[in-house]
This record gives sequence, structure tokens and C-alpha cells, in this order.
Amino acid sequence: MLSQKEDLLLYEYDGSVEKACPELVVFPHTTEHVSRIVKMAAKYQVPIVGRGAGTGLSGGALARGGGVMLVFARMNKILELDVENRRAVVQPGVVNMDITRAVEHAGLHFAPDPSSQKACTIGGNVAENAGGPHTLAYGVTVNHVTALEMVLPDGEIVRVGSRHGDATGYDLCGLFVGSEGTLALVTEITVKLSRKAEAVKTLLAIFDAVDDASQTVVEITARGITPAACEMVDGWTLRTIEDYIHAGFPRDSAAVLLLEVEGLREAVEVQAKAIDEVCKGHRAREVRVARDERERDLLWKGRKNAFGALGRVAPCNYVLDGVIPRSKLPQALQHIQEIGRKYGFSIGNIFHAGDGNLHPIVLYDPRDPKQFEKAIAASEEIIRYCVELGGALTGEHGVGMEKNELMTLMFSDADFDLMRRVHDAFNPDSSLNPGKIFPLSKGCGEIRVKGKETAGVGR
Amino acid sequence: MTATVKNLAARMEALIGAHRVVGAVEELEAYEVDGLVPGAVVLPANAAEVAEVVRFAAAEKLAVIASGSRSKLEIGMPPSRYDIALDTTGMRGIAHYDAGDLTLSVDAGMGVRQLEMALAEKQQFLPLAVPCFESATVAGTIASGIDSALRQQYGTARDFLIGAEFVDGKGNLCKSGGRVVKNVTGYDLHKLLIGSLGTLGVITRLNFRTFPVPAMYGGHLASFASGESAIAYRQTIEASGLPVANLEMLNPEITKIVGAILKKEDGPVPECLDGQGWCVYVSYEGNESVVKRVARDLERLATEAGAKTSEAAKIATDTQVGGVLREAFEWLRWAAPMVGLFRITLPRASWGDIAELSRSAEGLPLRGSLLLRAAGAIYFAMMAGSENEATQAALDGAASRVFSFVEARQGHATLLHAPLASKARGNVWGQCADMMMMRRVKQAFDPQNIFAPGRFVGGI
Repeated sequence: MLSQKEDLLLYEYDGSVEKACPELVVFPHTTEHVSRIVKMAAKYQVPIVGRGAGTGLSGGALARGGGVMLVFARMNKILELDVENRRAVVQPGVVNMDITRAVEHAGLHFAPDPSSQKACTIGGNVAENAGGPHTLAYGVTVNHVTALEMVLPDGEIVRVGSRHGDATGYDLCGLFVGSEGTLALVTEITVKLSRKAEAVKTLLAIFDAVDDASQTVVEITARGITPAACEMVDGWTLRTIEDYIHAGFPRDSAAVLLLEVEGLREAVEVQAKAIDEVCKGHRAREVRVARDERERDLLWKGRKNAFGALGRVAPCNYVLDGVIPRSKLPQALQHIQEIGRKYGFSIGNIFHAGDGNLHPIVLYDPRDPKQFEKAIAASEEIIRYCVELGGALTGEHGVGMEKNELMTLMFSDADFDLMRRVHDAFNPDSSLNPGKIFPLSKGCGEIRVKGKETAGVGR
Repeated sequence: MTATVKNLAARMEALIGAHRVVGAVEELEAYEVDGLVPGAVVLPANAAEVAEVVRFAAAEKLAVIASGSRSKLEIGMPPSRYDIALDTTGMRGIAHYDAGDLTLSVDAGMGVRQLEMALAEKQQFLPLAVPCFESATVAGTIASGIDSALRQQYGTARDFLIGAEFVDGKGNLCKSGGRVVKNVTGYDLHKLLIGSLGTLGVITRLNFRTFPVPAMYGGHLASFASGESAIAYRQTIEASGLPVANLEMLNPEITKIVGAILKKEDGPVPECLDGQGWCVYVSYEGNESVVKRVARDLERLATEAGAKTSEAAKIATDTQVGGVLREAFEWLRWAAPMVGLFRITLPRASWGDIAELSRSAEGLPLRGSLLLRAAGAIYFAMMAGSENEATQAALDGAASRVFSFVEARQGHATLLHAPLASKARGNVWGQCADMMMMRRVKQAFDPQNIFAPGRFVGGI
């Protein structure tokens, strides 16, 4: 348990640009601990928020209403590995990558692979319904979770779903995964384990124009070529990465596509050839194929450690998470650059192109309050544009306290009314993770959830 | 026509127009659910009209059952009340289709067959290979929770349903999800609609991701002397990592039925379906080299597993094995004068016990037909040549043994079809541990309890 100001400050941040300080941080070891802490917090009407590794990018694990933060770092055991049925039962504090490490000897892996997978925890992945580069082929976290044990805000311990899938009744797992810790605290998770593919090929396509790269993605999608991953890194971003990691991205290129195809050897050969053709049809300067595991790892290292690299060039970077229909990728990228020019920011792009999941990165100096405000304004304009194109506010980072005020771009009063009723069915006093997902702004009285969100310290 | 019925129909007419209301008794009977006939049938033209009807029903506390082609309305318990049948087949447009993004938004009453034809123009499809394919609607398919035969490769609807619009129990038109393939904005309420039997809302529109039509298909059949060796072969296929679209295992009784259907349809009857052995059917797809490779590997695996016979199977049309197996739910229900049809999920480690399950009708005046579909979904029918007290009693006893068998192995069972008397006496739903959670969801969506009351688990 931590209660000293200097200790609490460590828990004021996550991976987002938000901050909010808890009043108490506790480290439960068991589900019973969680239940007792929650009951005690309920008795004193103190808000509660769960937290894994704090790598979230939407402020989901910040104590917006103050109160008690439950950090799941000590609940980090893999409880059961069931190779025959391809299931693992884990505690929420288990690091994403550690599940794969524990089962790779059997040719299995846990498919969702967020960039932060060496640090982020499965509990956080479940709360945010996390994705990653390979969700293009495998789906996001919800597609790999079959059962949950949870503690409700009144301290009751409940179980939903079924270990082997096809549970009788409503798909409650589907509701709770991605509910951003606003309905219950997850204390145990049953996940599916996936087979490793027979063959994998990783390609790096190098372009002299961003537009050529994005047109390539449009054509790959429209032609029904189904890579397992299709990532884009623009020139500015890849140069920043190269300075730090030396992944082999050519510094003079305007954009690269990192593509992976998986499956039977026969399928991989044909798909790689088709991708090569499409890339060259769109003036790719070169399409390289990783020759061995080492080259493949290096390319992925460049992609997955990009955010560390970006931190070196500006004091702060603000990573967005909009989604657009993939057919609209070229125009979206052009428009984002125009917004950057308008506000005077460099905007990098490194994202899951195959899913249409954009991650524009706005670089700003947080010590300059004007810059911060402008960065937020530019970001909102980008997200609004994504929604206008028929897209969504967030593809994998969650709404949290970052985009809750933008929720009205997508949802009507009736939508909020139902979401609020579902929220109140499990978290009637908003004691659990208050101030998240639902807009709090004035004039939206109808869509407010009850309770403690007014204590918020967000922007 | 009783006064109440006449009155209800008249009030519905005032709400959405006479041409959208059916009040004639003989037509109402077509909307019967487990013996109950509604007081009026409405055919709304759009979501706004659905909302009108539901608001009226909520105000008057009238029970509403939404339906499409009504091919799976008997799934679930008999409803406790039924006033208004809401027929969604008046809403059958494609609202939005971005072939370049592989995303689709379609109205509730669109037929899965019509949708298949529309998507085929862009060389795409939706992996909803579901029974009653000719008549089924997309919303009925989602609400019934019925399996797609392609789930091994494409997963279940929760893996490709990306958003929905529906009218909740207050009569508000709501939505969740969106039209893009990756999206975590707000609660995923649309996932709750899958298999909810219309107890949470009336679906008006569904958004899906679509898939490219594969370049080629292939099919393979192998027959075995015993259930144990067929299961062993099946497990070898799974362990091999070969990409298969569908994987079905048939006991001898069911091979007889499939053979008879093919014969009746003048389709070719493969040698493996001679009714003598257990049969494993695999379909697969991909480019030419993939299809050839899978065919070659399956032939080898079948031989190694000691198959009696094995052969390539044509799968593409409804008169071939794949099309017939897709319809298993439909023909199993009517394969005998009395049928109890279970849908069961068992963990992989218990598949070895399946031969034992198929024998659970032995010693009774019942025949057991068993089909193990991809991803552990089992269709198990117990059939009798006549419906009488003795056969019904045998079925009731056997059904409770099936539920115990499945629950002892951490599986799930639902009785999809049974004589109404058996349904009313027992419970078609297996155990459901989280009823308190289910009830809270139901209460949030449908506070007046007007949607299909009594049909779902635990009396919901």
C-alpha cells in the first residue's frame, strides 16, 4: 500500500497525455483481497480504479475521481496452461508477452500483440480490448477471451463466459471485454491460445511517396489479399526510428509498408508474390523479404519500439487512435498533413494500415501550455475527420478520459441512455473508474452517469 | 376474431398504416410460437416504425416477438406472453456497402441468400453458412445464434459483426459499434444481441465485415469402422494445422440420412455415405496450390488413420455434401415423427467421449444421430418412429442424461427442438451460472419485459 504524496505521484500518469493522482495505491494478491478492498471503498464511498502496467494511451487507468487505485502487479501468475484444449487461465497482472513465452514450446501463442506487449498486462488488454499489428488476421483481445472472473463494485465475485466457449445465455464476455474498467474489476482471465503458422514471410516495401504506399494498401485490401499484418511508417517517423534502432528502414524513403503473410507454405508464396506485384504497380522502389528470423525480428523491433524513438525528438508526443474505412486511406493521410500544417505541428504516422487504424503522432512541448492546447485542438480535428469519413474515435486505445467528450460525435442521446443503463446495472454509483467513456460536459445532463465524476482533474 | 385481437390490430393500423398490419386470424397462425398465436402482426417498413410499435408495446406492456422468416422460432422455451409479432421482412435493403473496405451495413430482413448474391458481384461473401439458407434473414440468423458451418475458419458471428442498430425496450433506436473493422468506441452492446432470441431489442440493421471469395474450394470424405478412429483422424487434422473451412464428423445413422437426401436430390452419393461407418467431411479453400496440398495431405492422413474409404467430395452446391450438411439443423428436426435435437459444445479433451454420447439412446426406443461440427459444436438428435407417451418418456429421460453428460465435462447443451410437451415439462437450456448478471443486462435493455418474455435462459 502506498499513501505518501511522492509515491502516489508515480501513479499519476499512464501512457497518455492525461494525469490524475490517486489518494491511495494498493497491491492486492488475491481475488478476495480485491473484493475486500472494494467493499471497504464502497463503505467509505471512495472511488476505485484498476491498473495494470500503466501503458494505456487514453487515461483509462488514471484515478480521475481520486480515491483508491488497485494495481494488479502482484496478481501476475499464470494459473493454468491447458495445451490440449488450447486455453490459459491467468491473473490480470500477467504481462501479455509472458503468456506466449509460456506456451511457445508447444507451438502456440497468445495472438493479440500490442506494441507494448513486453510490459502491458492482460488485465489492461481486457479492459481496453487491446489490438496490435497482427489483429488484422487474428482479431483483437475480445476474440481471444472465453471467460472472466470479476469483482463488482459492491465486492461480489462473479464469473462470466465459459472456458471452452459457446456459453449459454448472453455473451457477457463480449460486453465486459473493452468496458474500460467501468463495469467490474477483472481478477482472472481465460484466454484462447492460437497455433503458430507453418510459414511466415515478412516484407518491407519502400516508397518514394506516401500516397503510393497508401494506394498500395487500398489495392491489397480491395483485391482480397489477406496479410496477417500491414503496417505503415512514414518517412519522418522512420528516420526517427532509424536514429535509435537501426532497423534497416531506408532514411531517404517517403514511407514503408511492413507486411507479413502467414499460413501454409503454398499460400505464403502466392500471397507474397501478389503483394510484391501490387507494391511495384504503385511505384515501390524496392520490396525486400526478410531472409531469416533475425532480419524479421529487426524489422518488427523498428515498428514496436517506435514510440521510444519518438520520445527522443520532442519532449512529448501525443499518439492518436482514429479508424477510417480502408478505402479512404489516401485522402485521410493527405488531410492529416493539412491539419498539421494548419496548426504548425509535425505529425508522424506509424499505424495499422491494413485495419484502417491510424496513429497520427503530434509532437509538442508540454511546458508550453499554448502548444499543448493547440496539440489537443489539432488532434480533435483529426478525430472528427475520421468520424466524418465513416470511421470511429478509437480502434484499440479506448475512450478513457481522453475522448469521452468526443463520444457525442458517434452516439446519440438514445445510445448514451442505453449505455448508461448498462453501466448502472453493474456500477450504479459510478464508484468504479468514474469520469471515463461517458461525456461529462455541460448540456449533456441526460447522458451523465451518476456520482463522483465531478471530482475529475482532467483537462 | 376476438374483440381484443381486433382492437389491437386497429391500434397498430393507426400507428403505422393498415397495409403494414395483419389481423386476419388465419394469417396470425403463421406467426405461432410454441402454441401461442399473436394478437396482431406488424410489418414495419423502417426502423422508425419499429420504434413506434415498440413504444406502444412498452406503454401498454404488450409482449413483442420479432421474427424474420420464422425458420428458427422454436428455439428457446415457450414464451410466457405473445401479443405482437414484429415481422422484419419489410426492411431488406443494403444500407451501405464499401467493397473496397470489405464492410457492409444491411437491414434486418435481408435474406442471407439474397445477400450472398449481392456480395458475389464483388467477389465477396459473409461466412454465414446457416440452415434454412434459402429463407433465413440476417437478423434472424444473428438473434437465433445458430452456427455457421464455416466457423472453423471464420469464427462465429461475434468475430465479424462490427456494429448494429436496434430498438431497445423503451422504444428508442440505439446503435453500437460502427462500420469499420476495428473499433473499441463505447460498450460492444451488439455482441449481446447474438443468440439473444430477440429478448433485448429488435434488430433493425447489422454491420459486418465481409470476406473475399476464395479462388478455389475442395472437399474430402473419409469413412471409418469406429467412432474412436474417426475422432482420432479428426484430431490429427486439427493437429496438422491444415487450414480447413469446415470439419464435420457423422455417425453411421446420420450418413444414412445425408445419403438419402443426396439421392432424392439426384446428387451424386459418395461411397463414404453408405450408412455403414463413421464419416469425416472436410472442406477447404484457397489458391490452387493450397487446395492441392490440403487434398494430398488429407488423403495421406486418412490412410494413416486406417480409413475404410476416402474420396474427394464436391462441395459447392446445395445438392452436394457441404450444402446438405449446412442444413443439418433443418432436416434433423424432421428426420422422424419425433425428434429431440441437441446442440452441444464439448471441450476438445472430451471429444474422445463422443462415441459414448452417441450411444446414450441405446436400449431406448430411440435412434441417435450425431454430427460433430467444427470447433466442437455437436448436433445430436434422438429420434423415434412415433410420438407417444412411451417415446416421450424415453426422450425426457435421455435428455436429462445428455445434460448431465455434458455438464460433467464442462460443456454446454441446448435442446433446440423437441415435442412441445417435453419442452414445457423440462428446460431446453442447460446450466447457466451467471443468471444474476444476465438479468441485469435484460433489465437494462428491456425494463418493461416486453421482448419475447420467457423464451430465454432462466425465464428471461
